Amino acid sequence: MSIRVGFASRSSRIGMAASAVALVVLAAAPFWGGRDDLQLLSQIYTYVALASLWNLLAGYAGLVSVGQQAYVGLGAYLLFGFAILGGVPPLWSIPLAGVIAALTAIPVAALVFRLRGHYFAIGTWIIAEVFRLIASQVSVLGGGSGTSLPAHIVLAIASTRQLRDFLVYWIALALVVVILALIVLLLRSRYGLALKAIRDSELAAACNGIDVQRTKVLVYIFTAFGTAMVGALIFFQRLRVSPDSAFSVNDWTAFVIFITVIGGIGRIEGPIIGTVVFFALRQTLADLGTIYLLMLGAVAIVVMLAAPKGIWGLIVERFGWQIFPLERTVVRDTGSAGAAKRA
Amino acid sequence: MTDWINVILQGILVGGLYAMFAAGLSLIFGVMRLVNIAHGDLIVLAAYVALVTTETLGVGPLVSLIIVVPLMAAIGYLLQRAVLNRTLGEDLLPPLLVTFGLSVIIQNGLLTLFTADDRKLDAGHIEVATYRLFDGVYIGALPLLQFVVAIAVIAALQFIFYRTALGRAFRATADNPAVARLMGLDNRHVFALAMALSLAVVAIAGVFLAIRANFDPSIGPARLIFGFEAVIIGGLGSLWGTFAGGLVLGVAQAVGAHINPGWQILAGHVAFLVILAVRPEGLFPRIRT
Repeated sequence: MSIRVGFASRSSRIGMAASAVALVVLAAAPFWGGRDDLQLLSQIYTYVALASLWNLLAGYAGLVSVGQQAYVGLGAYLLFGFAILGGVPPLWSIPLAGVIAALTAIPVAALVFRLRGHYFAIGTWIIAEVFRLIASQVSVLGGGSGTSLPAHIVLAIASTRQLRDFLVYWIALALVVVILALIVLLLRSRYGLALKAIRDSELAAACNGIDVQRTKVLVYIFTAFGTAMVGALIFFQRLRVSPDSAFSVNDWTAFVIFITVIGGIGRIEGPIIGTVVFFALRQTLADLGTIYLLMLGAVAIVVMLAAPKGIWGLIVERFGWQIFPLERTVVRDTGSAGAAKRA
Repeated sequence: MTDWINVILQGILVGGLYAMFAAGLSLIFGVMRLVNIAHGDLIVLAAYVALVTTETLGVGPLVSLIIVVPLMAAIGYLLQRAVLNRTLGEDLLPPLLVTFGLSVIIQNGLLTLFTADDRKLDAGHIEVATYRLFDGVYIGALPLLQFVVAIAVIAALQFIFYRTALGRAFRATADNPAVARLMGLDNRHVFALAMALSLAVVAIAGVFLAIRANFDPSIGPARLIFGFEAVIIGGLGSLWGTFAGGLVLGVAQAVGAHINPGWQILAGHVAFLVILAVRPEGLFPRIRT
């Protein structure tokens, strides 16, 4: 008889199987969906990715940033800058933007990590404002009014418009899958264990020998890497960038926070559920304009006060489900597939 | 030379306004460790309340303070009792998310009611009156009034905080909420009074903001950031430090704008980041135990 730590449970096996089926169906979307469907799905993917990254940052590492638009905008501007000034193909610019944003995050972290808690939050926002103001001073990229991706660069991606749509769609899907996979792998590693310990009690984590500050900085840098790639992709889809849209606090932070909290913060499934709810609300209420945003704010407040663990938190409490194999359980390998004990 | 004297003087006077943005923020953080993301939007809300008051009653903006200040204070009290008190605790996400939600609600509510058009309050001849200090250096009556009011507000807060029973209640709850309750204080009521006081200051700041320049529903977040920068530059826990922080921010922005109009706000952020890098505790910190 031997003992090991396992991650899978019955619900996660079902969840992963269902995810695999969903992935195949979604990957085939260009063959069953129209242009509008592809655009909507791509938008959903980018919000799932942004919310999952913010969830990692705030839900696990306890770093409540309201300045992630800094990296969305940075990624967007890097993609446009590389394409227009350097002639780099946009598809290569996406990972490149991620790497440069991660490098940028190092000195930024050195500054904002001097602030704690709430002050950290607003400090990150100021960094995003600094990025926005600098972007609006870059006259080769259109200054305050922004710029478009030149036609010859767009045409170089693929010959027909349909092929371009497909390509952008698949990249969006691939990016969200890669980001989710990286987060799952991170959470299953020893860093993930450290992160969960930090989430539950920073003091206890530090007492058990976890370098809390170092772990947080690493998560911050990783999140910058992912967020910038998503930002580059979003504005590659739009073919146009401006400082106000690329560094928008409402679009890239407020909505992302609402999504995460409504879906369930501190659980990987939360942002996915939250994004689905967010887009369902948007598709039905978008005609209401500003009232819709007002309601979204109110729903987020009510969820935070009444059910702070979000929709997925309620489901977990009731059924104990997990879609992704993350929960560590002690498995006894005996002759008969043995009783697993939750750890 | 007189050119630069004018620039710095303007910066100092605007700094008074920033100090008022900051004072309300600093007050509630000091008492209940709450950073109010909607602070800037509440300033803008106060400006719109003043706009409605002046238009319906036909009074000047300064007179409208008689109505705007108590009204905003009442809103603050109710907001704290009904919503914000439930968010307080160890976890810092609930207050942040709820005030973020509030910010989105206020912005879009104002947008629905008043559209995105620029508005401004008209304070009459005081807006154009100037005094000559010496050759080439002038000081506007309105910025001067705003500066004097800022000093008065900070002095009044200082007095309330350290010389009155209410201030004692604020400090007691801030130091140890559990013991404060044992001594017979109702924390929920004390916190609500702190928020009321904060929004009373917000009301004054909002009216001056609205007289000084155009406003629309979207400018709140930037005011929050100015206030926040003033608090950190000045040093946590010190009201006069916050005032000094406002002045530093005002001067930095004025100097930046004088060099290149596009650098005004950026210069303020840079001043903030430099202070954060070289002196993260702020210029005049008062360490509270």
